[in-house]
Amino acid sequence: MLDTFFFYAFALLTLGGGILTVTRRNAVHSAMWLIVSLAGAAGLYLLQGAEFLFAVQIVLYVGGIMVLFLFVIMLVNLDEAAKMRQFNKQWWVALACVSGVGALVAYFLRQGAGAFRLARPPQGAPILEGNTERIADVLFSEYLLPFEIASVLLLVAIVGSVLMAKRKV
Amino acid sequence: MSQYYTTTDHFVLVPALMLALFGCAVLLFEVLVFPHPRQRKWLLLFVLLGLAFAGAGVWRQQNFLASQGIEELTAFGGTLTVDGFAIFFNWIFLAASLIVTLISYRYLEVEGEHHGEYYGLILLANCGMFFLATGTDLITLFIGLELMALCFYILVGFLREDRRSNEAALKYLLLGAFSSGFLVYGFSVLYGLAGSTKLRAVADALASREPWDPVVFLALATTAVGLLFKISAVPFHMWAPDAYEGAPTTVTAYLSVGSKAASFALLLRVFLMPLGAAREVWEPLLAAVAVATMTVGNLAAVTQTNIKRLLAYSSISHAGYILLGLIAGNETGIKGVLVYILVYTFMNLGAFLVVVALRRKDLLGEDLDDLAGLVYKSPGYAILMLIFLLSLAGIPPTAGFIAKYYIFLALIETRHYVLAVIGTLYVAVAIYYYFRIVRSMFLAPLADTGPLTTSFGLRLALVVTGVLTLGIGIYPEPFLGFAQTSLAR
Amino acid sequence: MESWLEHPLFAPVVTTLVIVALFPLVAGYIVLVERKLLADFQVRLGPMRVGPHGLLQPIADALKLLLKEDVIPEKADKGIFWVAPVISTFTALTAFAVIPFSNYIFVTDVNVGLLVISAMSAVGILGIILGGWASNSHYPLLGALRSAAQLVSYEVALALALLSGVMMAGTLSMVNIVRAQQERQIWFLFENYGLMIVPFMVYLISAVAETNRAPFDLPEAESELVAGFHTEYSGFRWALYFLAEYANMFVVAAVAVTLFWGGWLRPFPNVAWLEWPLNYAFPALLFGVSGVGCVPLARRLKSTVQRRLLLAVAGLLLLVAAAFLTPAVNQAVIGLFWFLLKVAVILYWMIWFRGTFPRFRYDQLMNIGWKYMIPIAMGAILVNAVVGMWKGS
Repeated sequence: MLDTFFFYAFALLTLGGGILTVTRRNAVHSAMWLIVSLAGAAGLYLLQGAEFLFAVQIVLYVGGIMVLFLFVIMLVNLDEAAKMRQFNKQWWVALACVSGVGALVAYFLRQGAGAFRLARPPQGAPILEGNTERIADVLFSEYLLPFEIASVLLLVAIVGSVLMAKRKV
Repeated sequence: MSQYYTTTDHFVLVPALMLALFGCAVLLFEVLVFPHPRQRKWLLLFVLLGLAFAGAGVWRQQNFLASQGIEELTAFGGTLTVDGFAIFFNWIFLAASLIVTLISYRYLEVEGEHHGEYYGLILLANCGMFFLATGTDLITLFIGLELMALCFYILVGFLREDRRSNEAALKYLLLGAFSSGFLVYGFSVLYGLAGSTKLRAVADALASREPWDPVVFLALATTAVGLLFKISAVPFHMWAPDAYEGAPTTVTAYLSVGSKAASFALLLRVFLMPLGAAREVWEPLLAAVAVATMTVGNLAAVTQTNIKRLLAYSSISHAGYILLGLIAGNETGIKGVLVYILVYTFMNLGAFLVVVALRRKDLLGEDLDDLAGLVYKSPGYAILMLIFLLSLAGIPPTAGFIAKYYIFLALIETRHYVLAVIGTLYVAVAIYYYFRIVRSMFLAPLADTGPLTTSFGLRLALVVTGVLTLGIGIYPEPFLGFAQTSLAR
Repeated sequence: MESWLEHPLFAPVVTTLVIVALFPLVAGYIVLVERKLLADFQVRLGPMRVGPHGLLQPIADALKLLLKEDVIPEKADKGIFWVAPVISTFTALTAFAVIPFSNYIFVTDVNVGLLVISAMSAVGILGIILGGWASNSHYPLLGALRSAAQLVSYEVALALALLSGVMMAGTLSMVNIVRAQQERQIWFLFENYGLMIVPFMVYLISAVAETNRAPFDLPEAESELVAGFHTEYSGFRWALYFLAEYANMFVVAAVAVTLFWGGWLRPFPNVAWLEWPLNYAFPALLFGVSGVGCVPLARRLKSTVQRRLLLAVAGLLLLVAAAFLTPAVNQAVIGLFWFLLKVAVILYWMIWFRGTFPRFRYDQLMNIGWKYMIPIAMGAILVNAVVGMWKGS
């Protein structure tokens, strides 16, 4: 019961925050609502018993990425941008598309309610004492390779950002 | 505790390991050992060494599979699978990287943006492609795709002083990130259905369901959006002309063959293995997309006056033809797809090589008029360009004809007559716009008398691509055999 | 009567209430100690007027702040201006929820406790930069930008330094980290033949930067930026920022104590014969000597009221000393005593730094963070992992 309540509360935060993010004109307000949305997602992780993901979501997204977002937004002259003509005259087309897709997905999920039997967790997986240990275990055994490719990916991202930002390489 | 990194794992991973290591080495050595601009040619040596070692790795894998008589070798608990398919694509990627590296040195000097990072990114992009062809795990595939795409976002914007390059990179990045979102959404639904990220497990899970299962359709549709974006199929093609035009021409060449071939490898893996169960659902969908792609690609190309944009639209239309082979879906069809991608790599690279040669310090060399009278200035280039264009149009005896022949053969075998007719009709349109280039080269009076920007690497690459384009057309058997063995799985 | 005492929520709720009610007072007195110590470093007297030797100064300050007019600049972004100090205070106080004050005094013990603290300190940055931005004024904006860059940079070093400790403990739960040290019979500071001192030093330096304290107090450098991000704040809102800053100081000190200094454990927790001298004699002596020391001070005071007040404080201290000699009371609070004593030592260091070091320049700050702290912390992880594995095998 309480779980259900919290689920809907967090879901509301996530979705409402997302909608407000795209509709605010002030970029800082948008960023604020994005933070709310991300925090809502973190809450959903917590409800699933994924404490590690919850903490990482907060540390990385809210504490790291969004702070840098705000940092950049503050460096940019916002007043100009807010006064400029917005290129969102076709918002109603977008709204129609979004609601169309939403209806479609809802229809599918409804039709597929019976079909939506999710796979059970792999048999024989020991229920470890903590979510953190479990993630660490999987990350360094089964998903060792993607984990390492991701480090190459991040290296490329760093090289790229330095290359783009630096005046003289 | 089981061993996480076995010798088999290592054997399978070697090509990617070499590419990543030499990619990082290039980045490091440029700063620490070869800081002077004149020492850059040593970096080139590193790239060639990296490609050679990676090639040796692939070669050993191929020999191992052949000598043991096994069809595939899995590693990392099913995360990577080396089979004929993967080896086939890896050869294509390595060849594309090699040719692009050969032609880049001189071109970047002319553009005035010559940095070692370029070569590092080429190698790392190739590393990402390796995982796209070899990976059989949703997460590995996705991260490999992102690795490749990220390298290309940077490479497309490599001319930092050029506004067109900046614009192209931004458009490509934003749309690419958007499409990746769709792809990963589809992947997450697939994972939810299977409870495992391994493609084999996903395939088993989907096989036990109805083909029209709504949840499967949800996964299929979103995955398809992400994949079709990467191969620039209509209606997800909008980024291609801008990115192709703005990017440095060498990168455009790499983007049009390497990225496209890798994305097709991923598309084939995902659509044939896990989504194969839902074939009757995606077949009409892809047919519609393929027809739209051929229509838009061919018709939009007619009005272009910029060669890079024209080739971009032509590349879009080629994606449509390749999709037709997948729709036919029988053995001839898939073989046709593989041959098509192989042939397309060389003929499209060749066409871009000529465009690269046109670039000078004082000339952009991207307009159709810049080609005017090329035959009077440098007949060799003009004739090679003619060969590439004939091949792109699909006229015998060039390789493009063989490729299209197998696609159409497969369509007729599987009774897709309408698609075959539409495809053939659009070949006529394609001939028209390719011949606009030919007319400009051979019939128009010489406009620009300046010399072409050539180098040993460029000439070598031109000869290789030219010989292969003609060679596959005249004597296709070994290549068909190669594609045939790649299919045996 | 018994039933609600044993309710699982009873102890956490009471602990929470005590923390929330007491911490503003504690923060006030930390400020007083800081002012007194700085005065001492600079050979001045510091606050002397309100109460004997300024003992009631924090209360007077708090009253003043509460009664001040609530000013919001006209062009400020009202909503964000309002919410920013709340974010700072909320996150700073939330971090207290997972700090184990002793082996049974803690609000909750979650198995990602350390990450929760990291998360809260990360979110706390938002309060600072939003407050600086919402003021719609130059100095606060500059202060906010500086703090965003500084905090994000040093958070990396901080987390990497913590990782070494987590590696030793094998858990992220704050309580279990201390228990791991009890089992190993050693504070993690001295583990691996003293190699763990390296991450501890990195942690301490980064923690000073993370709490915006001198010599890393660029976000509020008063000689350049008036007061940095909270220039436009006054009254109670300013007090909230102030509270958050001192709460953060306390939290980083508490984390250092928990992870490196054995938390609530006394020194040499497994040497039985040290039980009496360390757990009984030491606190009794500490409070007793302080109490006795107050008496001559009191006799020098001129005002009768102040003299009596100081004598009362002396009596109180002696009473505490006596309490520590009572076994039953001692058992209950000795963990808390050691924990707070260690935290106090670290807080004293931080004040000492402020009195000693000149402020860094901005580029120096970034250099220290990225070119020294982070590589050293990474190296420490590597070396400690290898040494730890070698020792374990």
